[in-house]
Amino acid sequence: MSLIEKPADREGAREAILSKVRASLGIEPEVPGQSGARSAIVERRIEAPPRHLTPARVLKPKVDLEALFASTLVSQFASVLPANNFSDVPGAIATYLRQTNLPSVIGLGQDPVLAALPWGIEPGLTLSPGPARPETEVSVSRAIAGAAETGTIFLASGPDNPVTLTFMPATHIVVLTANDIVGPYEDAFQVVRKLYGNGLMPRTLNLVSGPSRTADIGGKIVIGAHGPQRLAVVVVGNNRPPAA
Amino acid sequence: MSPGQSARPGRPRVGLFVTCLVDLIRPSVGFAAVTLIERSGCDVDVPTGQTCCGQPAYNSGDQATAREIALQTIRAFDGFDYVVAPSGSCAGMLRSHYPALFKGDAVLESEARAFAAKVYELISFLVDVRGMTSVGSRFAGRVTYHDSCSGLRELGIKDQPRRLLASMPGVELSEMAEAEICCGFGGTFAIKYPDISNAMVDKKCASIAASGADLVLAGDLGCLMNMAGKLVRDGRPVRCRHVAEVLADELSDPPIAWPDKAVGEGSA
Amino acid sequence: MNPETPAFKANARAALSDPQLQSALSGLPTGLVAQRTSARARLPEFEALRDIGRDVRNHALEYLDLYLETYERNATAAGAVVHWAETGQDAREIIARICQDAGARIVTKGKSMISEEIALNVDLEARGFEVVETDLGEYIIQNRLETPSHIIAPAIHLTQQQVEDDFRKLHTHLPAGRILEEPAQLVAEARSVLREKFMLADVGITGANFLIAETGSSIIVTNEGNGDLTQSLARVHIVLASIDKVLPTLEDVTTVLRLLARSATGQEFTTYATFSTGPRRPEDPDGPDAYHVVLLDNGRAELLGSEFREVLRCIRCGACMNHCPVYNAVGGHAYGWVYPGPIGAVMTPALIGVKAGGHLPNASTFCGRCEAVCPMKIPLPKLMRHWREAEFEQGHTPTRYRYGLKTWAWFAKRPRTYHFCARFAAAVLGALGSGAGRFSRLPFASGWTRDRDFPAPQGRTFQQLWAETRRGVPR
Repeated sequence: MSLIEKPADREGAREAILSKVRASLGIEPEVPGQSGARSAIVERRIEAPPRHLTPARVLKPKVDLEALFASTLVSQFASVLPANNFSDVPGAIATYLRQTNLPSVIGLGQDPVLAALPWGIEPGLTLSPGPARPETEVSVSRAIAGAAETGTIFLASGPDNPVTLTFMPATHIVVLTANDIVGPYEDAFQVVRKLYGNGLMPRTLNLVSGPSRTADIGGKIVIGAHGPQRLAVVVVGNNRPPAA
Repeated sequence: MSPGQSARPGRPRVGLFVTCLVDLIRPSVGFAAVTLIERSGCDVDVPTGQTCCGQPAYNSGDQATAREIALQTIRAFDGFDYVVAPSGSCAGMLRSHYPALFKGDAVLESEARAFAAKVYELISFLVDVRGMTSVGSRFAGRVTYHDSCSGLRELGIKDQPRRLLASMPGVELSEMAEAEICCGFGGTFAIKYPDISNAMVDKKCASIAASGADLVLAGDLGCLMNMAGKLVRDGRPVRCRHVAEVLADELSDPPIAWPDKAVGEGSA
Repeated sequence: MNPETPAFKANARAALSDPQLQSALSGLPTGLVAQRTSARARLPEFEALRDIGRDVRNHALEYLDLYLETYERNATAAGAVVHWAETGQDAREIIARICQDAGARIVTKGKSMISEEIALNVDLEARGFEVVETDLGEYIIQNRLETPSHIIAPAIHLTQQQVEDDFRKLHTHLPAGRILEEPAQLVAEARSVLREKFMLADVGITGANFLIAETGSSIIVTNEGNGDLTQSLARVHIVLASIDKVLPTLEDVTTVLRLLARSATGQEFTTYATFSTGPRRPEDPDGPDAYHVVLLDNGRAELLGSEFREVLRCIRCGACMNHCPVYNAVGGHAYGWVYPGPIGAVMTPALIGVKAGGHLPNASTFCGRCEAVCPMKIPLPKLMRHWREAEFEQGHTPTRYRYGLKTWAWFAKRPRTYHFCARFAAAVLGALGSGAGRFSRLPFASGWTRDRDFPAPQGRTFQQLWAETRRGVPR
């Protein structure tokens, strides 16, 4: 039997649960019009999701959002590395790794923007393509958006940015253009909808707001639990594509 | 004006809901309440058709009994402009829970709602309804104030007692840590789960002691009996009184759970 | 897990005299509670969001059947296999079969309260699978053969020293002389031990904080990253979720997420919020080959039609227990089943019956702090009172207590007799207690007087004195 074949579940469980739910809600399947009206409400909400409250902290000019994004990330134990242009990214990463005394082998996926970076100007860096392996200590991913609201990075999994790069290595470096920094989460989800289509998602969409952490021992916060111990975000100020 | 004098025109008529604990254990709180309500420009009377608010039944799941007692209380206060209780817990029962008890019975529910709209906790009545800003009494001493749960969270009573205390020359309010945390009384809870109740009042008494006050005030006699009983058992030299006693200068009786011969309490 | 809830009183007493537990619990007010307070202060819209969050959850429940169907359709389109389970037994069978069909040996798990509810680990272990809890707190208690004492901080009842002792006993392959003084050293050790398990796991099981109808996604919200390693590294990812977890849209879930971390740990947002939609895509270099979702009812559909519907709004943040003075006094294990604190006092009778779970809704002063902090504004005291009503109606209220209540009610319903007898009681007790002002022993209130005195009445009732003053007798 293949992994995705559905084993025979107890017969009728689905119908039993749904009819119990309907009974509890007082829905009579026979009442004409009732089910149509309910379905219309549900369909409308899904097709045109209403936005709720947007916190005032993100109702700011773009430049202030960028500052909020960076300062919030730093307060959550992440590092923010500024880069004026894409061509400055390899240098920013190399400097960070050197200063933090970290290995210079970098795992990364097939992201075209990352691939086009002028890595050659940092001969000390070695690229290791593909998903994370147990020995991968440093990884680089590109985020599709950043929400200034809580300094949250949006990463979409796929061949360009394999999900394991976000969780296995001890150090995770994320590249994000300042232009992709938005205010509230809702704006970042709009980016996802534009990239993947309404109602569609990458296999995993990871919202990351710092390095991994735990407080499970004596209630004391320890940075670096199962996921990365360090998160560094390179914010590329200028949006021009990297020189090929 | 002596209590019971017939109503004067233009003055609101207040029915005092005494509460069963004040009636049985500490009537001086009731007289303090009467004094304060009168000072706020109202006439007070005390219907004899009242007993208890019904919480022991209501909180034990005995809805039928709670309804009977609620109806008895509602009818006992027929004709009053306001119903005032020197307890956030009982006032909360009358105000928030009586209507809920009659859900589904349109006639009784609307009667309970009309009744509930007239009900106030004493201090909230003085400040929020009567606009009282000063009580005209004096008291010298360092006090701390415990926020009883129902008054605080059901009725929003927090600043009102503090404002009136601040109007009294000589009162020094020394806030305890975690003043808003339950003392562990909880009515039947203290009897059904005495170990947990004791642990809670133990923490509360430690906060009280740490405040450095020599008098604890609160708006609910149940909480006060619990805290006073624990403080004296542990030999802590802190006295307990209902806040109305201090506000009304009704201090001739010894503090709660305090020996008769106690002297030297601050008073003007 | 066999409910120990009927032994609540004895367990609570033991908890109160356990110095290590008391020391662990003493950190709550300055920890999770204070952190929530400051997170709330940093977001002026917090209270408005609570109202919206409540409305969003209410809406989702009102149309639950349709949102479940929409969720199923969209999840299936993304390659998910959706299973429906009416009972815990059904869910355990489904999960066991998926594990068997995958030829699994090692099963890793992210933190999931619903898996505790259906005692999944015991079942899988009995079938021969090695089950590894990967959340640090869960890992610690799994090895102590304990259950979580808190829904988001499962090992909150343990001190750092206890964890060190456990690790030394458990990780015997590591040098005995190693230094484990700092929490960070303990965390690093667990990280390296568990990393091997992640790499070897065949199946990874997680819960779901929410399901999204719009996209067919499941969401886990974590800080450690263990849930993501669990679901990304195994060949098969199984999501176990109760049917009440579904929310309509990304906007809806966003609103609720704004409240979740702040209410739970006081963080602005958890480190990770992961939205999973189907198995790995054809071009993906990583991720699980199969993605199963088990939708479990286990009584929720029935709760939906009862006076307890509002409890289904719960987002399992734990704020109610953090702020509960009873939980703070006795910790989670005393509650004797999966869900402790106020939410447990409402959920437990629903899941194991009010006869076995009756203590929990009774062991509350109705102080209302839980309701005041609940991000979904669940009226927990009211729902506890409903359980007391059910208990009373079904005749499970203890006889002695019922009898006392009946006697009291007889008097309370007869004002004249009541006032007459109150006068008598006040006079007798007042006379006995005069001088001392209190009783150090009272036969009918021995529970009270064991640890505190009982104030003596002043001697006459208010009604009596009032009647006298009206007649002109000076007080």
